[in-house]
Amino acid sequence: MTRPLLTGARAGVVPCAACGLLSRKHGPEEEPGNCPRCGEALAFRLHDPIQRTWALIIAASICYLPANLLPVMTTKTLQSVVPTTIIGGVVRLYADGSWVLALIVLVASVMIPLGKLLALAYLLITVQLRSVRRRRERARLYRILKAIGRWSMLDVFVATFSVALVRFRPFMSVSPGSGVLFFTAVVILTIFAADTFDPRLIWDSGGTPRGEK
Amino acid sequence: MAPLPQDIVACPDCDLLQRMPALPPGGTARCLGCGLMLWLKRPGSLDRTMALAVAALIAFLLANVEPLMEVSFAGRTSSTTILGGAQAMWLQGEKVTAVLVALFVVVAPALEIVFMLAVLLAARRPPAPRWVGVLMRWTEMSGVWSMVGVMMLGILVSLVKIASLATVEPGIGIFAVGALVFLLAAISASFNPREIWPRVRWTNGEGPGAMR
Repeated sequence: MTRPLLTGARAGVVPCAACGLLSRKHGPEEEPGNCPRCGEALAFRLHDPIQRTWALIIAASICYLPANLLPVMTTKTLQSVVPTTIIGGVVRLYADGSWVLALIVLVASVMIPLGKLLALAYLLITVQLRSVRRRRERARLYRILKAIGRWSMLDVFVATFSVALVRFRPFMSVSPGSGVLFFTAVVILTIFAADTFDPRLIWDSGGTPRGEK
Repeated sequence: MAPLPQDIVACPDCDLLQRMPALPPGGTARCLGCGLMLWLKRPGSLDRTMALAVAALIAFLLANVEPLMEVSFAGRTSSTTILGGAQAMWLQGEKVTAVLVALFVVVAPALEIVFMLAVLLAARRPPAPRWVGVLMRWTEMSGVWSMVGVMMLGILVSLVKIASLATVEPGIGIFAVGALVFLLAAISASFNPREIWPRVRWTNGEGPGAMR
């Protein structure tokens, strides 16, 4: 699609990120100032969205490995000490016959964080290549990312309440593993990553008439 | 420069300038560019949100006071509240996670509900003071980190896991959590910040229409 889209940035109009009020930029100077209604600092686009989002994605990817390799909880009984990783927990739920819950945990703990990292990287790369293809789909992808990110906290809550409830020392007790901390870090970093990405960048690349810069 | 017409909006997701049509009650407006839901017009949404927020406050208090479930094993029982979960993590050495869990399932939802009630109460008599705008921003931020629904599912998963080892009895708390999840979802579906903003006093002392 090469039809020029009249965006706020092209028209010199800034929508306030807090209250949505449109303000017109007064002069040619760079800084648009503050919103006259709510006082929020105005900006045409978020500050350094591409660099910041990449940084957060890389940090989250680094935490993703220990989050999955280290145990999230350890079950101690008189006979045994069994550490469980995220995947181990999924396998155990499946083996116990609750395959629906196994699937839910698999989606929330493995597929959502991994999918979120890959999808954000895809959005960043397409924006950096100034792609104009599938912009509506990419916009929808971004909205889905923002909505589902929190669900990867699921396993942290499972560990928390298992630890709080299974306290029958020395017969049976559950203690948290160090994977929990890394896992929480992945979730928080990816939520921040989705927040620092500016979806308006998806639309900035195209839209100017053919042959025009 | 001519002032912008009041019905022109910029989509927050794609920055496309467009005219907001006059919507019938119950109507919705989507962005022409990216398809984002721009406006959901519901008659009486402020009153309905207020009722839901009061109910959510009660559910929240119950959910935090009552035990979530009781587990029996080898002649002993143990039970926990929401904060008890965070406390158990703290005592087991996972202090960072304990604090974050408490933030996500106790502090953030509490702020979300209290700020929402304050905004709704103050906006009943326009012009509302400036802090209403600030609180609205804070409500939004608390909502991002409020994870009651995720916690609910987490409790259910741990319940199923524990049930294969010990006897599990659900408590009042878990039902209150269920109600709270439903009420928070209903609040975010019925609340429309665009209905509040025109009622808020401007920081520069000018009113609506003084658009520059």
